[in-house]
Amino acid sequence: MQEASPAQVHVHAPPTGFLRKHVFSLDHKVIGLQYYGLALAAVTLGMVLSWLMRFHLVWPNAAIPGLNFISKVGAPGGIITPEYYLSLLTMHGTLMVFFVLTNAPFAAFGNYFLPIQIGAEDMAFPRFNMMSFWTTLAAFVVLITAFFIPDGPPISGWTAYAPLSAIGSDAGPGLGWGQNLWAISIALFCAGSLLGALNFISTTLDLRAKGMTLMRMPICTWAWFITSCIALLAFAVLLPACLLLILDRTAGTSFFIPSGLVVSDRMQPHAGGSPLLWQHLFWFFGHPEVYIAILPSMGIVSHVLMASMRKPLLSAKVIIYSMLSIGFLSWMVWGHHMFVSGMNPFSSLLFSFPTLTITIPATIMTLIWLGSLYGANIRMTSAALFALGFISMFVSGGVSGFFLAQPSIDIYLHATYFVVGHFHMVMGVASIFGVFAGTYFWFGKMTGRMLNETLGKVHFWITFIGTYCIFMPFHYLGIVGNIRRYSSFVDDFMGPLMPLHKFITIAALITGAGQLLFLFNLFHSRFWGKPAPQNPWEGTSLEWSVPSPPPWNNFGDVHPVVYHDSYQYGVKGSKGDYVMQDSPEQVVGG
Amino acid sequence: MGKFFAVILVIIAVLSAYPIIAHKYVQPEDISTHGHAIDEQLSDTMAESGFAFLGAQFLLAFFVWRFTARKEGTKVSHLPGGAKLMVVAAFILVGTEVLALGVFGQKAWASVYFTAPKPDDLQVQVQAGQFAFYFRYPGPDGKFAPLHPDKIDEGNSNFFGLDPANDVEARDDVVAAELAVPVNREVHLMMHAKDVGHSFYVRELRLQQDFVPGLDLSLHFTATKPGKYEILCTQLCGLGHYNMKAYLDVMTQEDFEKWMKEKISEQ
Repeated sequence: MQEASPAQVHVHAPPTGFLRKHVFSLDHKVIGLQYYGLALAAVTLGMVLSWLMRFHLVWPNAAIPGLNFISKVGAPGGIITPEYYLSLLTMHGTLMVFFVLTNAPFAAFGNYFLPIQIGAEDMAFPRFNMMSFWTTLAAFVVLITAFFIPDGPPISGWTAYAPLSAIGSDAGPGLGWGQNLWAISIALFCAGSLLGALNFISTTLDLRAKGMTLMRMPICTWAWFITSCIALLAFAVLLPACLLLILDRTAGTSFFIPSGLVVSDRMQPHAGGSPLLWQHLFWFFGHPEVYIAILPSMGIVSHVLMASMRKPLLSAKVIIYSMLSIGFLSWMVWGHHMFVSGMNPFSSLLFSFPTLTITIPATIMTLIWLGSLYGANIRMTSAALFALGFISMFVSGGVSGFFLAQPSIDIYLHATYFVVGHFHMVMGVASIFGVFAGTYFWFGKMTGRMLNETLGKVHFWITFIGTYCIFMPFHYLGIVGNIRRYSSFVDDFMGPLMPLHKFITIAALITGAGQLLFLFNLFHSRFWGKPAPQNPWEGTSLEWSVPSPPPWNNFGDVHPVVYHDSYQYGVKGSKGDYVMQDSPEQVVGG
Repeated sequence: MGKFFAVILVIIAVLSAYPIIAHKYVQPEDISTHGHAIDEQLSDTMAESGFAFLGAQFLLAFFVWRFTARKEGTKVSHLPGGAKLMVVAAFILVGTEVLALGVFGQKAWASVYFTAPKPDDLQVQVQAGQFAFYFRYPGPDGKFAPLHPDKIDEGNSNFFGLDPANDVEARDDVVAAELAVPVNREVHLMMHAKDVGHSFYVRELRLQQDFVPGLDLSLHFTATKPGKYEILCTQLCGLGHYNMKAYLDVMTQEDFEKWMKEKISEQ
């Protein structure tokens, strides 16, 4: 009997019935779209929260109509209280970091395109895949529930530093059941992400089509693969950390709480724990998380750039090795979040060097992207604009990392708006630009209809200029010494910075409103957009060799065979200046 | 569209750099003996990062301007030197920068953390709690009495948990809500938290240090200019976090002695 190839072993039967097709689907494409939808819901909510915060910061006494219906205690008469501000801040950070920056570039696009790009019919473990989405959705529902309980959402920030997060309701509002829900939600999220990461890794290693060697994989597949390896280790640490936190809160243990604490005039019945332990565990996850957010976008941007430039990057290999070294170094730098935390000051030096060293692979990647533009013939689509915008944002957010990587400067800038500006630009905006580039690039493939390009370009300009107007001034505020996580700036020192804060708020309101264009474009084009051809951007990788959208088993009954590496652009092919990866024709020129 | 992109990008880059180059937003005046090293490190880093920022943005703008929407059929070409040039450039440019900043930057850090406090410094104990700082001086006997967290009673102003009934040393300890220090004399802060994590931040001193519940941390500095400066909590500590502050009052030696005498007489 002929031995079945791994790809054939894992195929599941075609789905029948609405539920199996669209809800409890085993199909990686449907799951990818579900993740995208979840990220879209989370980002919309997260953005509205940031609006509320920015509004409150500059007009602290103005009522926001309707808000009192959502929280009578948190916003009596529509005016946000200081503690509700902290709730909004906590929920904004948690939603954005976990449910947007991890879900959109990694889980959503990775699920949809990784199997197709390596020529597989589905993920290695389709059932696990479905489970990872539903676990993540459960995590989202648990988190959102915190808005509707009497205690309200937690106020300890997305970093949930112990003992504030560990003591319970004595420490303040939202720290009772609100904080419990937070910890349960994040634990669930970790479980879902671990399943996803395992699936991505096995699929990449096991299910590649004939001829698809590792070095022939598209750069974004590489990025998802490296990200999965990081996620597997990172979430495996955060999950037990959350369980310990839950135990401290509910079972009377003291992992993170030392003895002798007097909170709200009550001596706390704990002894022997260490608040720094939580910080170490959290940041051991937290720093790699930054790369979980940004690496997939780096991959997507490289992928989009090459199709737009009509030439390969100077070296795809160097980009892959750079991503690998960033992934490796990401494990040695978590302490740079803790320079002034009270850990041994000698270890700050130890954490500072690898942090500064990460700049080298990051610069190599930037220079490769820039150098590759030389001699290109750029087709300025919306996807290309966002990819180029990504490079600009990555540089802007990256250079401020230089400051914060040095313990001596961090003494002054730590916990100021400089830090907020830095991570929003490099981890938030740059990563989201990758998601936008991916969306404009792949929407046709995913839905069968093209997004409107004119709307896309308008969306780009509002977002590009807008995000600079919001996040550049954060750095200036930080240099002056404006503290983050304050619900108002009532004192003499920060008062004079109000005009700049107002400017930021107005920019945030306008830029946020600009995102409505994107939402409109998504929904309108989904139903009434131009039908998408199979290969609208003349791309070379395998997703362009299947119909838009692909059938349930991706390649029909054909098993694709790969003859070239992923990016044969700028050559003489039978169809134009490119040769598809699965085309047996000889590559001439280039 | 390529030219438009390039123009907008250059405008953004220049406008972003302008407030920094024109010193529109700067850190407040430094009043510490170690602060100038931190400021110097900050401005060196600003110069190097600024150069990298503008260089990369201008290069991006130039390439997009030059290489967008060329004539149909234009043959693409590659940068002479290729990837090797880029890798070597990154190693040389950033590698030296990393080494330089990394090595020299440690001096400033060392001046704060790796020097022992002087034996004749002024010792002050700082306690951070939701949402206030309290400062304790040892009083005429020069000794700090032990703390009893179970005796903390804010209603009766026993913020530290002192027990003057049983501890003789506690009877002359001076507790204040402001940090009064003499100018040009080293101050040694002994820091602990009462409840949750907090932080001690004085911009003008270029100092920031977290309070960690369960840990006794120490920090020392010398203030060089009399005046009143804000001490802020920079570690999220609960609903009153935004309002948790005290003042650092740097006085002449005579004023400080007068202040201390008044405080002792109030005990």
